[in-house]
Amino acid sequence: MNFFTDHILSIILFSPVFAAAILFFLPENQEKLLKWVSFVLSLIPLGFSLALWFLFDKNAAGFQFVEQFTWYAAINSSYHVGVDGIALSMVLLTTLLTPLAILASFSINENIKSYMILFFLLELGMLGVFLALDLLIFFVFWEFGLVPMYFLINQWGSEKGEREIWGGLKVPARTYASFKFMIYTMAGSLGLLLAIQMIGVVAGTFDIPTLFERWTSLDKSLFGLDISVVKAIAFWAFTIAFAIKVPVWPFHTWLPDAHTEAPTAGSMILAGVLLKLGAFGFLRLVLPLYPMEAQRYAPALAFLAVMAIIFGAFASFGQTDFKRLVAYSSVNHMGFVVLGIAAAAYAMGGENAIIALNGAVLQMFNHGLSAAGMFFLVGVIYERTHTRDLNDYGGLFPLVPVYGGILIFTSMASLGLPGFNGFISEFLVVRGSWPIFTLYTALAMIGLLFTGAYILKGIKQVLHGPLNEKWVGHLTEINPREIFVIAPLMVLMLWIGVWPAWILDVINRAVLALLS
Amino acid sequence: MQFPILSFIVFTPIVAALIIFLIPEERKSEVRVAALAAASFALILSIWAYFAYDIRSGGYQFVEQVSWIPALGISYKVGLDGMNAPLVLLTGVVMFTGVLISWGIDDRPREFFTFLFILATGVFGVFVSLDLFMLFFFYEIAVFPMYLLIAIWGWKETREYAAMKLTLYLFVGSVIALVGALAMYFTAGLGTFDMLELEKAGFSREFQILWFPFVFIGFGVLGGIFPFHNWSPDGHVAAPTAVSMFHAGVLMKLGAFAALRVGLMLLPEGAKFHMGWIILLTLVNVVYGAFIASVQTDFKYVIGFSSVSHMGLVLMGFATLTREGFIGAGIQMFSHGVMTALFFAVVGMVYDRAHTREIPKLGGFRNVMPMVAIAFIIGGLVSMGMPGFSGFIAEFPIFMGVWKSYPLIAIIAAISIVITASYIIRVVGQVFYGKLPQEFEGHVHDVTVLDKIALVILSFILIALGVFPGWMVPLVESGVEQILRLLGGA
Repeated sequence: MNFFTDHILSIILFSPVFAAAILFFLPENQEKLLKWVSFVLSLIPLGFSLALWFLFDKNAAGFQFVEQFTWYAAINSSYHVGVDGIALSMVLLTTLLTPLAILASFSINENIKSYMILFFLLELGMLGVFLALDLLIFFVFWEFGLVPMYFLINQWGSEKGEREIWGGLKVPARTYASFKFMIYTMAGSLGLLLAIQMIGVVAGTFDIPTLFERWTSLDKSLFGLDISVVKAIAFWAFTIAFAIKVPVWPFHTWLPDAHTEAPTAGSMILAGVLLKLGAFGFLRLVLPLYPMEAQRYAPALAFLAVMAIIFGAFASFGQTDFKRLVAYSSVNHMGFVVLGIAAAAYAMGGENAIIALNGAVLQMFNHGLSAAGMFFLVGVIYERTHTRDLNDYGGLFPLVPVYGGILIFTSMASLGLPGFNGFISEFLVVRGSWPIFTLYTALAMIGLLFTGAYILKGIKQVLHGPLNEKWVGHLTEINPREIFVIAPLMVLMLWIGVWPAWILDVINRAVLALLS
Repeated sequence: MQFPILSFIVFTPIVAALIIFLIPEERKSEVRVAALAAASFALILSIWAYFAYDIRSGGYQFVEQVSWIPALGISYKVGLDGMNAPLVLLTGVVMFTGVLISWGIDDRPREFFTFLFILATGVFGVFVSLDLFMLFFFYEIAVFPMYLLIAIWGWKETREYAAMKLTLYLFVGSVIALVGALAMYFTAGLGTFDMLELEKAGFSREFQILWFPFVFIGFGVLGGIFPFHNWSPDGHVAAPTAVSMFHAGVLMKLGAFAALRVGLMLLPEGAKFHMGWIILLTLVNVVYGAFIASVQTDFKYVIGFSSVSHMGLVLMGFATLTREGFIGAGIQMFSHGVMTALFFAVVGMVYDRAHTREIPKLGGFRNVMPMVAIAFIIGGLVSMGMPGFSGFIAEFPIFMGVWKSYPLIAIIAAISIVITASYIIRVVGQVFYGKLPQEFEGHVHDVTVLDKIALVILSFILIALGVFPGWMVPLVESGVEQILRLLGGA
């Protein structure tokens, strides 16, 4: 038992590697076996993270279940992991979405073995970021997660579509999207990498808790520049890397392509968890390492967030591709996360900041649920119709009543209808930000209005209106496996919407620690 | 008396070369078996030496000394420290995998392996030499067989040109370095070529400043330093697969290592004076090399220029004159050696089957040789410095070192990471994915078991070092302490 509680984070972190290793030795052609083994194995990290959730002491401050081992002693970097309430909720989200995404991938038929192995490696990368308490380890997992995602989009992405690149050369859309995703994110993390190296050189350590004190209290001049200038540059290097991942307008252009071309499960994880990595970076690193800079530049960040909210909603409304519509909705929803973070950074303590930040973290969790759900539902209908064009659908409600009900349910949660989870978190963000950035928050309301518009547009085009006759007899109802994927998400959406205290208690403690 | 392990490592290949040469020409399979046996023996010895090295006591270990030409103060003196131990291991690995890959060579395998092993002796010798004269001696032994290997077994289109170019470049470089070495010998007036003695000779600052560029750039030519890198992509491309592996994997390290051992460690004051502009040359290597690699259409040239870029990082690590820089450079030499051996092995496997290296004409090779594709992807991830692989472990400290000395250069050099990522992705996509061109249908088959073993060994090392740097970093660190002592004490 002691071994278990002492190393629970490492067990959670590396059980996906264990799973991938098992899959590696299974025969390639046993597709059914591979799928079920993957699903069962993906429940292991979920089981452990549920155990972690109950073992976690909600009233204790600071990081819990900390483990530290030497890793790269020559440059003072160690394998150092730990969780606080924010990381805990993200770990739970990741380990919950992975089995669901794997279950959603049961319809994939080619190269199932490599696909599942990549999926587990992706889970490893994401969990590592949430658990890392060492800057270098953080970066290791941050970058590493790109590789499986790249291949998932590149190999199992949608097979249709072509994109013209420079020189009139035509490439498959998934090649284009995966390349853009990879290079965009790598270029974004270049600044992060350089800033991490610089911090390591200046502070002599990569340990995050140590850096919280040592880096913030640094006040000598560096490289012939004033320390405030150096910090401002490093702040932006971090911020841009995370802003690309979130994504914050105007760094979001990789997202619609990547989402649209990714396989369904890939989109679920991409929207559900990968985008959270960016927001998590703000919380874990930017706010504690650069409190002064964060405060100074918070209005700029809030401005970008509001732009993301408004333009995300407009762009979403303008789409005719169902999956692109959902993709742009992520830009819109993640904008609220960044708005909450910016407001908290600007106020730095106080009731409003606490509310806004709680809202932001909860919104991360909620968006994880609803975006994963929405992408899954898009995938369900795409698999049956092989089109994502909204104009090709129409009046499908009578053909697929159960699917229609689920789609409306999930859409409403995504829209932020009271009683669902999205309402709680967006309300908290807006309530917290209002006294801090009144104008921006008011502007964000325009976005909220259009959120309603695009979601209703999606529902209307798919389910209502005149029935498109060609689907009669061809469209089958959502099957039990698929219901099993979406059901846990629906339960959680409703549960958090009705009674959010169970998760907010965990988050709040970490938020208080962050703002103190 | 202690078991003379280093001598065994150095002379195993050349003894094997003699034995192989005595085997009748037509008994090709016996030649191969003999070669593999010798390579395995050398590999086991180098693994043993690597892990038997006692990090805590540090310094030179397994030292052997035999007086050779006493009148001139030349002795056969070898020793292992933290800097050369990984390189000895690297040579063992590349030699072993090189033999595995070359199993299918049918054109005079006897002579091929003979020359390859003479080359290996030269390489081992340079790495472990503690005597300046012996270092040059082995250096020339290593360069000469290269000429024949490329000229005879190389790619028909360019082999004569490339072999000539390579040899002339390297000879010129080594002659320049030799002049510097002789100047050291005479100025020191100790009547010895022993490098440990020369370290203590206390050369005047003016002397060091005058001669450092000769030695460093002279050896740097073999390390591929800009603007003298030109021979290397041509040489890589023209060479047969195993030779390319040796060439890029080990020989280029020879240049960098000798530049460190002779240039930096014997003339530390000169190094401090000149590194300001040398680091600019290495910056050109890193960024320009990556850029040129990204516009190549020949598969092998892409890898060839990527070596120029990565070796630039090694030299850049040296040029920072910082602890981190040296550690990173030490690991990068090993990591790049394994990675590029893997790359050239893969290129060779593709070329042997497709008979073309034009990237646009290739495609879909994953379908026929999945393992080769995975191996290349692993190498590619190492190349782009992806965390979890050895390239990251090596490049990160180099960049930290650059931050310590020239922050602006760190920022510029980092551009190469994105360029590298873009060309690696492009090559992976165009060669291994997509559709297999019609003309290859049915003609292209999977690689042999021996090829697979070689690929697995190389890939495993790259991942093992990336995930657990602990088995190499402390060793390199102990070697670096020695260099820093020289830099600080002079």
